[in-house]
Amino acid sequence: MADEVVAKGAQAGRLIIEAEEGEATIWSRRDFFSLAGWAGILAALGVGGLAFGRLMFPRVLFEPSPIFKAGLPEEYPVGTVSERWKQEQRVWIVHDPDGFYALLAICTHLGCTPNWLNAENKFKCPCHGSGFRRTGTNFEGPAPRPLERIKIALADDGQLLIDKSVQFRYERGEWTKPGALLKLKV
Amino acid sequence: MPDLKELKKKVVESQLWRSMFRHDYLDTPRNRVLQIMANVWLHLHPPKIRRHAIKIRFTWCMGGITFLMFLVTVVTGVILMFYYRPVSEYAYADMKYLQFDVPFGMIMRNMHRWAAHGMVITVWLHMLRVFMTGSYKPPREFNWVVGVVLLTITLLLSFTGYLLPWDQLSIWAVTVGTNMARATPLLGSEGPFAQAVGVTPRYDARAFLLGGTVVGPPTLLRFYVLHCIFLPILASLLMIVHFWRIRKDGGISGPL
Repeated sequence: MADEVVAKGAQAGRLIIEAEEGEATIWSRRDFFSLAGWAGILAALGVGGLAFGRLMFPRVLFEPSPIFKAGLPEEYPVGTVSERWKQEQRVWIVHDPDGFYALLAICTHLGCTPNWLNAENKFKCPCHGSGFRRTGTNFEGPAPRPLERIKIALADDGQLLIDKSVQFRYERGEWTKPGALLKLKV
Repeated sequence: MPDLKELKKKVVESQLWRSMFRHDYLDTPRNRVLQIMANVWLHLHPPKIRRHAIKIRFTWCMGGITFLMFLVTVVTGVILMFYYRPVSEYAYADMKYLQFDVPFGMIMRNMHRWAAHGMVITVWLHMLRVFMTGSYKPPREFNWVVGVVLLTITLLLSFTGYLLPWDQLSIWAVTVGTNMARATPLLGSEGPFAQAVGVTPRYDARAFLLGGTVVGPPTLLRFYVLHCIFLPILASLLMIVHFWRIRKDGGISGPL
């Protein structure tokens, strides 16, 4: 008697299992709603995350403008390196026979401000002794790459226009790009 | 002389009292046991502990001291928040105001500062102890990972708090510190694959932290929110997991 009951129970159990395994559809209703629920939560989190990521980059920054006017080209004699804007803008303006170029006065080693040594015809960083030629190329000390050149152009009123947000890197071959050198006969 | 017993009866049987305390406390052996077993605070402690685990030479109590340091910074930090405004015009002045014009402001600020320094030191010592006693080994390897994340959060809390006095030291420290974010792979403007991804100094990991391209007022506000809301909550949640896992992994590890 007892065996019969157990056997019947086992049979019933098998039947239930078979019924579940033998489902015609791939997903049960429970699976579908569970998956849909999780997909909805993940999608909401994903969209929210993307929106938050964008929110952290405001469209307008209240920072000093990276663009400034550096006076008329005649104020820079040929063959000179001007430290006129170093204090205020951290920029050197070099006038070579080829034309004008602007160098960012930030050492490519650890970001100190180098000095222009006219007698030695080089930029020298006081922090760790990195040296750069007047072109900006590094030749001594720990600096790993040349100084960065920045965009130099002529404004409508004839003044030099410097844009520090546009940088040209030698190692990327960008010094030959337009804007890195202002060809101008003064 | 009023009848105190009568008064107590009146208070204890009032609806106000009964709404808070449903029944009297009967001092029976069963209730005494229940008081220990069902106590929400005491249940944080293990019911039993092995002899070596209470030896100060084994644990140095460094995890506990680190947690104490955290609690001190939370309490004093919340008190500092009553005066400090994370706005560039006010931040430095508020810090000085707290130090020189707010009664007990100096000790609150200094306790916050020293507890923060202390926490960084003790959390490292805790890690050293856990390493030296081999407590990172299975089954505790997950808790080691949680601990490493907590260590990182501790350092980030320290770093974000560093900017808040808004003096030259903090501004330049954070300038140097966040410059590292430039080198983040994919997300930093000077990191590997930066050109392929197309990130610029204006839109990269560093600008995300600073809220601009230089350390300025947006950075102060951003670091303040990270320091007072985001990181402490994250640290608290992970601490709950960390302490819970000590119990679940079999208590404090045995001697090697």
